[in-house]
Amino acid sequence: MSAEFRQGIRHGIPIALGYLSVSFAFGMKAASDGLTVLQAVLISMTNLTSAGQIAALPLMIGGASLAEMALTQLTINLRYALMSLSLSRKLDGSMGTLQRMIFAFANTDEIFAVASSQPGKVGKNYLYGLMITPWIGWSLGTLLGSAAGTLLPEFVRTALGIAIYGMFLAIILPPARKLGPVRFVVMIAVALSLCFHYIPGLNTVSPGFVIIICGVAAAAAGALLFPIREDAA
Amino acid sequence: MKWSVFLPYLAVTAGVTYLIRMLPMTVFRKEIKSRFVRSFLAYIPYAVLGAMTFPDVFYSTGDVRTAVCGVAVAVLLAWRGRSLLTVAVAACCAVALAQGFLMLV
Repeated sequence: MSAEFRQGIRHGIPIALGYLSVSFAFGMKAASDGLTVLQAVLISMTNLTSAGQIAALPLMIGGASLAEMALTQLTINLRYALMSLSLSRKLDGSMGTLQRMIFAFANTDEIFAVASSQPGKVGKNYLYGLMITPWIGWSLGTLLGSAAGTLLPEFVRTALGIAIYGMFLAIILPPARKLGPVRFVVMIAVALSLCFHYIPGLNTVSPGFVIIICGVAAAAAGALLFPIREDAA
Repeated sequence: MKWSVFLPYLAVTAGVTYLIRMLPMTVFRKEIKSRFVRSFLAYIPYAVLGAMTFPDVFYSTGDVRTAVCGVAVAVLLAWRGRSLLTVAVAACCAVALAQGFLMLV
């Protein structure tokens, strides 16, 4: 085990702990929605993304078309394209095409944030170490949540239902506080989402398309009114 | 869920998510020129997460009253820039406390 690999593992541990709790909530929700333990764990092992997986559950249960599922995932996970592009310039010579194909699988918000904050270029040993513990944490949490979630008392299970949304709020609010344009984009998206839930007629649109319409419209409005300068992002 | 229904969904979610992460790191390594596209991509996570959180969060605990308590605590802590784990755990605790309170009254 190289020093870089161990360093990566060390940096991945706090991420893994956070993932453990959130994926526990995901596993619990998946099990109560009618997925088996194996199915819930398979989703986590192959997707490794919180928002995409949460959004996928109602679409699976509701029998959405595969096209709606694909478009929903595309919209929710589009941010990873930007992160992969950005990280691409930080990889050293040890990251050939095959290594990039392996590491790209684990380019989550948190892993991206840690990898980009390293000084200089990063190589395959560090990145493989960095991706392995969060992946284990995410899969293990899902296993525990889907298998043991139902053993928990009712009041603990209902309280855990809010965990994932707490995490979403922790992601969007700090930049919304600092940056007016982000605040504007979030408010537009929330306002549209409320319309799609409560206005008769609009509330018959399926959940995947609601996320797509709200997300694309709010982000496009933000990009038109507040384009980001070249040096940012 | 039946495997014949589940597996196609699994393939689509995993496949789309992987391609979005993999292609920009391997094939398209060029910078995005368009300012609009760059801005759009930068704003998309906040827009999507905002739309996914509201109003769904109010129905996440089975009782709107306890959910409102959880949201209030989460918003306060997130606004102050606390970590994901802290905010998520504190929101759950607030909901649990609110449930206990409602059981007493």
